[in-house]
Amino acid sequence: MSTTTTPESRSRGKAPAGEKVADWADGRLGIYSLAKANMRKIFPDHWSFMLGEICLYSFIIIILTGVYLTLFFHPSMNEVEYHGSYIPMQGQLMSEAYKSTLDISFDVRGGLLIRQIHHWAALIFLAGMFVHMMRVFFTGAFRKPREINWLFGFLLFVLGMFTGFTGYSLPDDLLSGTGIRFMEGAVLSVPIVGTYLSFFIFGGEFPGDDFIARFFSVHVLLLPGIMLGLVVAHLILVFYHKHTQFAGPGKTNKNVVGMPLLPVYMAKAGGFFFLVFGVLAALSAIATINPIWNIGPYRPDMVSTNAQPDWYMGFSEGLIRVMPGWEINFWGHTLVLGVFIPLLIFPLVLVSIAVYPFIESWVTGDKREHHILDRPRNAPTRTAFGVAWITWYFVLLVGGGNDLWATHFNLSINAITWFVRIGFFVAPVVAFVVTKRICLGLQRRDKEKVLHGRETGIIKRLPHGEFIEVHEPLSQEQLHTLTAHEQYKPLELGPEVDENGVRRKVKMSEKLRAKLSKGYYGGESQIPKPTVEEYKEITSGHGHH
Amino acid sequence: MKKLSARRRHPLAALVVLLLALACTGGLYAVFAPADKAQADETAQSLTIEEGKKLYAVGCASCHGTGGQGTSDGPSLVGVGAAAVDFQVSTGRMPAATSQAAQLPDKPAVYSQAEIDQLAAYIASLGAGPAIPTEEQYGPEGADIAKGGELFRNNCAQCHNFTGKGGALTHGKYAPDLEDVAPKHIYEAMLTGPQNMPSFPDSTLSEQNKKDIIAYLDTVNSSESKSPGGLALGGFGPVSEGLFAWVFGLGALIAVAVWVAARTAKAKKS
Repeated sequence: MSTTTTPESRSRGKAPAGEKVADWADGRLGIYSLAKANMRKIFPDHWSFMLGEICLYSFIIIILTGVYLTLFFHPSMNEVEYHGSYIPMQGQLMSEAYKSTLDISFDVRGGLLIRQIHHWAALIFLAGMFVHMMRVFFTGAFRKPREINWLFGFLLFVLGMFTGFTGYSLPDDLLSGTGIRFMEGAVLSVPIVGTYLSFFIFGGEFPGDDFIARFFSVHVLLLPGIMLGLVVAHLILVFYHKHTQFAGPGKTNKNVVGMPLLPVYMAKAGGFFFLVFGVLAALSAIATINPIWNIGPYRPDMVSTNAQPDWYMGFSEGLIRVMPGWEINFWGHTLVLGVFIPLLIFPLVLVSIAVYPFIESWVTGDKREHHILDRPRNAPTRTAFGVAWITWYFVLLVGGGNDLWATHFNLSINAITWFVRIGFFVAPVVAFVVTKRICLGLQRRDKEKVLHGRETGIIKRLPHGEFIEVHEPLSQEQLHTLTAHEQYKPLELGPEVDENGVRRKVKMSEKLRAKLSKGYYGGESQIPKPTVEEYKEITSGHGHH
Repeated sequence: MKKLSARRRHPLAALVVLLLALACTGGLYAVFAPADKAQADETAQSLTIEEGKKLYAVGCASCHGTGGQGTSDGPSLVGVGAAAVDFQVSTGRMPAATSQAAQLPDKPAVYSQAEIDQLAAYIASLGAGPAIPTEEQYGPEGADIAKGGELFRNNCAQCHNFTGKGGALTHGKYAPDLEDVAPKHIYEAMLTGPQNMPSFPDSTLSEQNKKDIIAYLDTVNSSESKSPGGLALGGFGPVSEGLFAWVFGLGALIAVAVWVAARTAKAKKS
């Protein structure tokens, strides 16, 4: 905006201080044009669009509480004797890292609360990202133009996992030390370079006295730095792409129906930040997390049962726990397949969900932009794949907590292990088939509702004695919402021979694509949505049926 | 005195005098001849053993054999000692309902302490074994809690978890939660190694070590233990924490999100 004063404004007297400051800033930062372009930016309203906000706010809370913790934490493995205020540890030898964590918990004002907020917020952050990612997945919000943002989000999830892992390892307690030992074992199982990698990470033989300081740098600097950059990029892309919206009257692929950023979303988002902080603070005041004073300092000769990672690493624990202890010995070397195979499956589990959007766009050949979200039932194959993946993930989590399933449900741990081994292969398939059937059932129900209206529960008796249930026709808005989705046709390979009678060469990948496309959109994978003619025919008739 | 003199010719007077004399001599004998006390105790003990044997014949012999030699349904009890009997019977693990279960759970004791002592005496008479510990051995005096914690993490936590909350073993067996287990029973368990537990005789864990461990458990895992950070969530570590975060943490946040989203500035319809 211009800063020239018009005669009119001069006549009103001096500009208020706020305006002066704003003018000053605009001359240097150009905030007026930025604000003009963005303050009225429209965001649609739906609770599931706020899942990402939960992640953003818990991330901010993690950074704030983390800074406080660094003021008191000593990332050092020097051995010291404890003489703080926690009686059952008096006189025990421990690393400075463990001791300073005890001091944060018992001798620093507010230390335990901040520690617990930091840790609970981390669990919520990861859980929030998981749910947010699934929302994006099941509604098809990852489609063009948002594929890169999907990958940014996925990277944030993976980096979050490792930031969490390096974070809960810092207190150098018996639980996290066991986790590091687990990781060291996985690194060692890598053929040829495993031992070198392990020596590189730990600066020699495990545990050495380097890794806490190294993990500290990675945890407070490297990973959060990358994540912060990715979060900013993620948000910029959300702004740039504009937010997706569910189908509805007046909502098209070219508009966004909702409320402006200022004042509505500024108020809502700002308020929601404090609500998230409040919930996290309450959670941390109510329930303890990682009570390291009970766990004891790490010593490589000790181990406890219930030694599990935080939930987001739980599926890797499951992979290891259920894997048979296979190994191959040859020429004096050992290949520890019992650990190496899980190490290979670990990234596979994560990557399989990350690459799905690209597989789908290849199969459908859809290069258009999509800003209207799918209802999960209207994309049965995608929904079924997503549920199958979650089932896979959950089965592995069961494997990771097999001991607690055993003790709390009076089961044999061996039976659970076998359940997970078989479920690893079978459960996703079953989940896929069942989910697809449910989606098709829901599509049929939608069709029924569009054509025949809502069941009112009112039973009417006709003069000749027949009983019928009165169906109430849907409103125009509801009809639109239920039929707005697009239905694709399966890809056709075209004729085998061209017009000259020469056999056309069809690539293998094309054949596969056609087959997959048939699986996606063939007759058995979607219920044709009601047409206008069908609707008119039924509604113009006399009464029902 | 008239009454007494009037009855001195009573036909039973001689008997009364005789009883008095006997009581006096007996009393004097008891006072002046303590050397034979042991023998009297032995008589008492053999009585206890006799009683124990009777209880054993009714309640235990069907599985452990008539002489404690064991059968296909129950192990031999020769040489297990009084401590093992006291542990198994007073925690209700014995008598067992079946020998087929993966593990015998603790339940309310069937026998009174007196009966348990009789059973223990009988089993101890079959062969030498660890005796029931005294309060002096398992009591809290002179115990080092921190040392006990270290010993516990080194010897017990593999199965019983960091603070003795229990854990799973193979094929449905488990290491039980040690919350509020009587110090005497913890001591006996360490001494005798019941069921799947290895035994820790004094040559492995000294009397002082056992005392330390018991004091540690009493501090961190009893119904009076403090949890400085709030609800302990069972003390099972990250699995219960993860469940709590998902159900109550994320659950509450999603509820809040739904609430916020439902309260929106409605565009005026014109």
